[in-house]
Amino acid sequence: MKRLIAGLPLVLAAILGAFFLWGLDPERDPNNIPSVLITHPVPDFALDPVPGLDVPGLATADLLGNPGPVVVNVFASWCVPCKAEHAVLSRFVERDGVRLMGINYKDKPKDAVRWLAELGNPYSAIGSDLDGRAGIEWGISGVPETFIVGGDGTVLYRYVGPIVGEDAVAKFTLALQQAQGGLS
Amino acid sequence: MRAVVIAALLVLLPILAQAVEPDEILADPALEARAREISKQLRCVVCQNQDIDSSNAGVARDLRLLVRERLTAGDSNVEVVDYVHARFGDFVLFKPPFTRRTAVLWLAPLVLVAAALLAGGLSIGRARRVRADAPLDPEDEARIAAAMDRYGQEGSE
Repeated sequence: MKRLIAGLPLVLAAILGAFFLWGLDPERDPNNIPSVLITHPVPDFALDPVPGLDVPGLATADLLGNPGPVVVNVFASWCVPCKAEHAVLSRFVERDGVRLMGINYKDKPKDAVRWLAELGNPYSAIGSDLDGRAGIEWGISGVPETFIVGGDGTVLYRYVGPIVGEDAVAKFTLALQQAQGGLS
Repeated sequence: MRAVVIAALLVLLPILAQAVEPDEILADPALEARAREISKQLRCVVCQNQDIDSSNAGVARDLRLLVRERLTAGDSNVEVVDYVHARFGDFVLFKPPFTRRTAVLWLAPLVLVAAALLAGGLSIGRARRVRADAPLDPEDEARIAAAMDRYGQEGSE
């Protein structure tokens, strides 16, 4: 019994130590809220096109029955990191032939049109989410956020924040490859 | 004295501060009261230690408006919370439901209290047993006798 009690501090130290180790892990992001959408069908939403753009709007039906995975990116012209991410997404579209659709989140159409005219428009469809209601359906916490939706309309992956920098791009590329592999 | 009371009240005033904006508040006080009650249970997904009532984040405002819209449409409190829960997951609830994934969260305090009571009970029980007038074991008796002998010899010199 005495020996048991003598060993208790060591056990406590091991438990607390493991807990601190987990808490201090730089890979762990406490802001990373798991999405409930993963493995679920895309939410019900229907967004009008952005007035002044020549691409159609975006609705649930557009994400069903596609030949391959689709990337859905939530962006806004007022979102600074989106500008950096735009280049990455454009490269995905041009180099890898990724199908990219956008949700223009709480953005003035005029600003969005100017932003895309300046940077180029990699999106094949853009829905204008003026009041952020579609954002709630998708459960986003801010912009940018990027989803990978399977050809059958199942949400496969969610990335919170801009896909900028080697690590982020590598992570996203891997998820995209897995999404493509899962279908063939 | 009055100045002190007023000062104390002013110091405490920020506790009441909320981010709910005038244009969000419903005309029906009963519905608004229910909206406030629901809002207290919902965590803002941007500033994660605040409820949506006290958060200035855009998403929190959207959720406050959504809560009021659902209430006006005739949803019950539970239906509104379920609606938000379905979209944002357990995380958005300050009181997540008991599931396999949240079991540790719910049970850890109980387990810790039980462990504390057990440890406390054991140590108190031991202390009681020692205090009882139990005879010393022979080894200790012998040591006492030896010490007494030595003292007796020293004292006689």
